[in-house]
Amino acid sequence: MQYSYYPGCSLKGSGRAYEESVLAVFDHLGIELKEIDDWNCCGATAYMSVDERRSFALAARNLAISERDMPESPMVVPCSGCYVTLNKTCHVVKDYPAIKDDVTKALDRAGLKWKNQVPVRHPLDVLMQDVGLDRIKEAVVKPLKGLKIAPYYGCQIVRPYAEFDHQIHPTSMDRMFEALGATVVHYPLKTKCCGGSMTGTAPEVGLRLVYLLLKEAAKREADLMATVCPLCQFNLDAFAKEAARAYGPVNMPVIYFTQLLGLAMGLSEEKLGLQRNIISAKNALKGAAAAAAR
Amino acid sequence: MNIKQSIRYDSERSNEFTKEVMARPGGEMIQACIQCGTCSGVCPMSNYMDRTPRQIIYMAREGFGDEVLRSRTIWMCTSCYACTVECPRGIKITDVMYALKRMAMERGTYPQRFPTSTMARDFFNMVRKNGRINESRLGFLVFLKTNWMRLLTSAGLGLDLIKTGRFSLKQEQIKSKNELNSILSGNGRPE
Repeated sequence: MQYSYYPGCSLKGSGRAYEESVLAVFDHLGIELKEIDDWNCCGATAYMSVDERRSFALAARNLAISERDMPESPMVVPCSGCYVTLNKTCHVVKDYPAIKDDVTKALDRAGLKWKNQVPVRHPLDVLMQDVGLDRIKEAVVKPLKGLKIAPYYGCQIVRPYAEFDHQIHPTSMDRMFEALGATVVHYPLKTKCCGGSMTGTAPEVGLRLVYLLLKEAAKREADLMATVCPLCQFNLDAFAKEAARAYGPVNMPVIYFTQLLGLAMGLSEEKLGLQRNIISAKNALKGAAAAAAR
Repeated sequence: MNIKQSIRYDSERSNEFTKEVMARPGGEMIQACIQCGTCSGVCPMSNYMDRTPRQIIYMAREGFGDEVLRSRTIWMCTSCYACTVECPRGIKITDVMYALKRMAMERGTYPQRFPTSTMARDFFNMVRKNGRINESRLGFLVFLKTNWMRLLTSAGLGLDLIKTGRFSLKQEQIKSKNELNSILSGNGRPE
């Protein structure tokens, strides 16, 4: 099955390790991801600062292009921010005829048609539902034995639209990591918000949330945290030092779930972008492997 | 002694405000609120708000427009949708917060240098011009305009990002800018 692929701005920038690992894992599993031609920003934060109807049209351009070029393919969207924005657009045009009318007109001015027939899906959803744990298990050559993982979902992958998992207590990643041979620690903050852009706009708030999330994972004796979102990863990795300076020492690597999947499939750390972590996960990975060998 | 009125008279409330909130997507259901406070309880940002989400919903539906639009609360919402999925009355509280942010920006009743609204505008301008966002530039711009001291304290972060290949000043552009312009122009309100 072929999927269309919407990377979004973060996966081409600070979250490029996410793109590298998503593409590597899907390629290894023999699933084609075809990047949408000339995609634009999903509209995420712009949504609140412009006429909202035009911001829906901004998101809809991507959906229309995907539908035009790959009518049968669901759209895979790894960034939680893009995922919720694109999904919201699909829902809102169904619920509000006036908005649908506006979006249709805006796309029409650009010569685009959109029938709202492209499902927007997260790679975690695709891997769990379409690929399935059996196929994933078959692909495992280096089980993650001894590695203790805190599964951190963040907010927008499950709320408000996701149908593939629970909105407060999701378990997709938990089940995936167990299938990879790892130990999943109980992590009660799994869907608490990372603070989004607050680390930049209101650091006294954002850094505190970052610290709480990292500290909780350490308290649960996790070797590392796994995330599904480039903004969560950025906050928890890039602001970890600043959060530690403000609130106390904590050393918790945070990597993408696709990097863990790739490692278990025997792909190289380099290919999966692990060298892009600021708080390196390499010692945690080595330590777990050594502990498992004993 | 300068005595200020601290509680509103009924005649000073604005039904128009309530109607406007209810006319925006997500705002339809605010009258159904039973004031249970679930939203405030699950909100990860409640600790930092001047009014809890429960209070904002109540004040919005009772027509306290000025107080609601001047509240810091609406700018503290990170849209994690916890309140929306937990609300027993099906109120789309996150969407109400978005609607209130837009109303505040339209009316200019927000602190001009408040970072969240500044970022929202810079974000949109960048998309409008290029079709895509460059996070490094956006971050730089927001720090510069709202808290330039943080440019200094974040030098280490910048270095870390450069070392790991995650920092870039190259502005990505889309090819079909005409298409984007056609979509963003037209029958919307003037910017």
